Parts: sequence; structure tokens; C-alpha cells
Amino acid sequence: MADPVIDIEGLRFAWKSGPQVLDMDAFRVEAGERVFLRGPSGSGKSTLLGLIAGVLQPQAGRISVLGEDMSKLPAAQRDRLRADRMGVIFQMFNLVPYLSVTGNVLLPLRFSPARRKAAGNDPQAEARRLLARLGLTDESLLERRVSDLSVGQQQRVAAARALIGSPSLVIADEPTSALDADARDRFINLLSEEVERSGASLLFVSHDASLAGLFTRAADLTAMNRAGAPA
Amino acid sequence: MTALFSLAWASLLNRKGSVILTIVAVALSVALFLGVEKARSGAREGFENTISGTDLIVGAPTGTVNLLLYSVFRMGSATAEVSWPTYRQIAERPDVAWAVPIALGDSHRGYRVMGTSTDYFQHYKYGGGQLLELAEGTIFDDLFDAVIGADVARELGYEIGTPLILTHGIGAADLGSGHENRPFRVSGILRSTGTPVDRTVHVSLEAITAIHVGWETGAKNPLADSIPTEMIRSFDLTPKTVTAIFVGLERKGTILTTRRQINTNRGEPLMAIIPGEALRELWGVTSIAERALLAVSGFVIAVGLVSILTSILTSLNERRREMSILRATGARPGHIFSLLVLESGLIGFMGALIGIVIVHGVFAAVAPMLQARYGVAFGAGGPGLLDLYVLGAVTLAALVIGAVPAVAAMRRSLADGLSVRL
Repeated sequence: MADPVIDIEGLRFAWKSGPQVLDMDAFRVEAGERVFLRGPSGSGKSTLLGLIAGVLQPQAGRISVLGEDMSKLPAAQRDRLRADRMGVIFQMFNLVPYLSVTGNVLLPLRFSPARRKAAGNDPQAEARRLLARLGLTDESLLERRVSDLSVGQQQRVAAARALIGSPSLVIADEPTSALDADARDRFINLLSEEVERSGASLLFVSHDASLAGLFTRAADLTAMNRAGAPA
Repeated sequence: MTALFSLAWASLLNRKGSVILTIVAVALSVALFLGVEKARSGAREGFENTISGTDLIVGAPTGTVNLLLYSVFRMGSATAEVSWPTYRQIAERPDVAWAVPIALGDSHRGYRVMGTSTDYFQHYKYGGGQLLELAEGTIFDDLFDAVIGADVARELGYEIGTPLILTHGIGAADLGSGHENRPFRVSGILRSTGTPVDRTVHVSLEAITAIHVGWETGAKNPLADSIPTEMIRSFDLTPKTVTAIFVGLERKGTILTTRRQINTNRGEPLMAIIPGEALRELWGVTSIAERALLAVSGFVIAVGLVSILTSILTSLNERRREMSILRATGARPGHIFSLLVLESGLIGFMGALIGIVIVHGVFAAVAPMLQARYGVAFGAGGPGLLDLYVLGAVTLAALVIGAVPAVAAMRRSLADGLSVRL
């Protein structure tokens, strides 16, 4: 069996001189898993995602992501790891307003030569392929300003951006909270399919427990995080 | 870097409105600075190109600058004259190669009239030592012949043979107190020189004497017009006085001695000036104002640069989300820093570039007007090294100033992590 994609042990985090926001014993995501992590607001999920993505560092404990010990890795190398091997989808406002749809999808390739290489000889075509896979087939959409897109379309662009250049881990932070039930399920299914196709792992965080069935495994952050404020 | 460059460019395009205003602010400040500097150096160059090859200018005692201005630049007027015998003395000095007398004081439709000898056209030099050249016609054939400068011919539409009437004094034309009964005709038109010569009507010294027969008291004798022109032609028309004398020396080495000897002349009090030295004195007078102007316009550039800083700093709050998206997609703090520094530098560069274009456009547009009014060719030549320096300096300063918002954004994006909510 391959190394786990995320491996957390005794992780503790507090903002500068603030109270503990995260205190959890163990959490693992294995390669190829699509994990649903339930966490209401205030449960420390954004902090956890920040730690996994390497923009935050824990005060104690061990967090290893994609085989790298994030608590020991210098900031520059954590940034490099994220650039090269992770895709991130936010709750909303995922897109850079001054880039076109394809410009947004291709954004990670600007910062990571490894991703650029993985995206193949024709990144534009790869971006179009991903967008089409996620249901954005309308060519006229591609050069449109992102602010002209519906929220559902924006989230699918964000998903394509997270997937381009075949990252090993996709992190999604409440990406469906602004979508209606239909669009939400379709989005999750499309995202899951593409994650599976590319052989990546997915960590999907949401407060909405009803989504849990769409994933290979579900976990509850409120239960794991001793420092979590009651929701 | 190219990836960031196109990102910075797209980001600026997205904020076109405020970015264009900032660019305009920088452009205007750069245009002001360059305009002041170009007007200054253009004026100097124009003045310095007006006379060359003349070692000394001799006139009645007055200010150094004043003598230079009225004898060469046709600005202001003489308060006293030099007598003809004194002119002869100077012309006959062994160290003097040539001495050209000039007589000023009349005008033609706003253009100064200068009486001189034909020697003037052989000795007066401008620019890098060029002689005056005729575009057409000849130098004085007849007593009442006039040789006009290129601007006079062009602006008044005069051709060879066109008759013209001189006006006494240098005030406005058509006051009637003229030399109506002594008409001249154009015998020659000079090539354009870019100097006050273009705006001068040249006649012979004898003609000046001739038209002032009957003016001996300083005002026109009512009987003056009753003397037939043909009779005047038979008079001795050697002038009594001249306004100034252009002098060329046999050997440049004697210039200081000659000047001292003329200045301490025992007979009539005289003043001799070296044109280049008088110009330096003129610059000495104007340099204080020039420096003040340059300093002020330099500060205006600083204000333009601060407006870049303001515009980027105020945009940072609304761009917080954008920064965390960039971070999430793999941008390192250095990328965020470079992005904002590049934006600042781009604004500075475009502002300076547009400012340079404005200055050259404006100078190209007004140069003919300035030349018409002051007889001095401004801003000759296209963009120069100075423009390049200013472009470089403003861009560099904008890059440096961009570090302020860049550090702020970088710090903030580190603190925000991925979790900014709007």
C-alpha cells in the first residue's frame, strides 16, 4: 500500500496568543480515497485545510502531506509542494477576476513548472478538456470574463483549475455551499469522476452531512477536534 | 517572470479606470519636468546658435546682457549710439580683422529693421559657423534695397521686388509716423536660419541715413518730405552714428587685450563684450529661476509617484481575496511581492512614456510659434538621452515605491492563509 496522502498525529494549532483552535489525535487520507469531512463553521476546518495546504504551521504534532513532513518543511518548500501537487477549491469567489475562464484554469501552471509539464504539450487543450468534462462545453464561455458566469459555472471552473496538471491531492472547502441541491450533486459527481480518473485523492469539507454518501469515506471534524467550539 | 508580467498586466487592465488616472498623473508630472528642462536647454541652445564667429560686440556703455540682447537678439533697444569716427577707429585697429556696423531703431510691420553694410553678409555667422545665404535675389543693388529674413518673406508673403515702407521706431506698425515717401523694394530673401535674422529686414546704412534726412532733431521735420528722393541720392549718406559694431579679430589670442583697450577708450566711452561670456552672464541671471522651476517640477514627479503608491495601496483591501487565490494556486510570497512591484513599475513606465510623448508632441506643435515670437528654435531634434534617463529613473522609482504595497500584501497574504472570507 502506498503512503497515506494525509497523515496527522497529535496536531495542535492556535493563532498567535489566541485560544487553541485545533487539537486532534489522528486523521489519515489514503491514496485514491475521496474523503468527506463534516465540519460546521467554527470547527477549525479552515485552519486544518490551511495546515494541510502548508500555509500554516502547527505548534505541535505531526502532519505529513504527500509524504512530506509539513511541520518540518520550510515555507518555500511547502509552497512548492502545494504548487506542484495540490489543487484547492474554495467556498466561493474562487476565480481571479481579471483572467478569462481558461486564464483561471491555467493559473497553477504559471507557478509550477511541474504542473505545466504534467498538463502536456497543449495546456489550452487540456483546460478545455477539463472544462468540458465538468460540463462547460460552450466555447464562447471560455474567453468570457469570469464575473459573467453563474456561481455553479464558476465552481466548475475552479474545479478544472484544481485538477489541471494532475495534482495528487484536491482540497475542497465547502465548494457547493452556494449551489442548489441539483447543481450540488452534479458538481460533486463530476468532481469525483475527474479526481478518480486522474488518480488523485480528494478531501472535501462541508457542514452538510447529507453529502457524505457521495464519497468513499466520511469523517466528522467536530468529533475529532477537541478544541472545536460547539457549532 | 513573464508569467507574472502578463498577470500584472491583466490586473492593471482590470482596474483600467483608476490605473489610467494614475498613469495620467505620472505622465503629466513627467511632461512638466521634461518640458521645463527642454524649454531651458532649448532656449540656451537657440541663443547659443544665434551668433558665432563674432569675437566682440561693441556699443555704447550699457549692461552686458542688454547690449547682447538688442544687437543680436533684437530684444530691447539701445539707449545710446556710437559715433561714426569711433567706428572707423575700431575698424582700423591693427588687431581687428573686420568690423561690421549695425544701425537699429526702425521697423517694418513689427519686424526690426537693421541697417548694415554688405560686409555683414560676409562675416556674420550663426550655428556652427554658417554664413547667411540668399535663397533668391541679391544683396543691396540700390540705395533703397532691402534683404529680408525667411520668416519675414513667408509671413508677409513678400517676393523679390515687393515694395515696403519702414516705420520710424520699433513700436506697433501703422502709427503713421513713417517713411512713407521713401519706399524700399525687396532685393533679396535669406535662407531660414532659425535665428532672429529670419525676422529682420536688412537695409544699407546709407539707406538708414537717407530716410532720416529731415529727422535730425529726432522728430520729423514738416519739410522732410519735400526733399525729392533723387536729391537725397546725391547727398553724402555716411551715417553719423551706428548702434553697435560686430568685430572679428586677426588673432583670437588678443581678445581680452582688445576688449580692455576698447573699454578704456580715451575718447568716446565704449563697451565691448564677448558674446559667449555675455550669454553666460544671462544664464547666470536666469539659472536661479530655472533651478527653482526644475526643483518644483521634480517634486511634482514625486507627487506622481506617490499617486501610484496610493492607488495600489487602496486597491489592496479589495484584492485580498485575489491574493489568497493566487497563494492557493501555488504563488509564493515572492510572487505576490513581484506582482505588485511589477504593477507599480508598469504604471510608472507607461506614465513616463506617455509623458515623454506629450512633451515631444507639445514642443513639435508650439515650436513654430515660439520661434515666431522669440526667433529662437526650441527643442530641435527628437527624443534624446534625457528622455531615456527620465524613463529609466521614473520606472525604477516606481518599482522601488511598489515595494511598500508589495510588502504589505505579502505580509497580509501570509497571515490570511487560505481562509479569507468576504
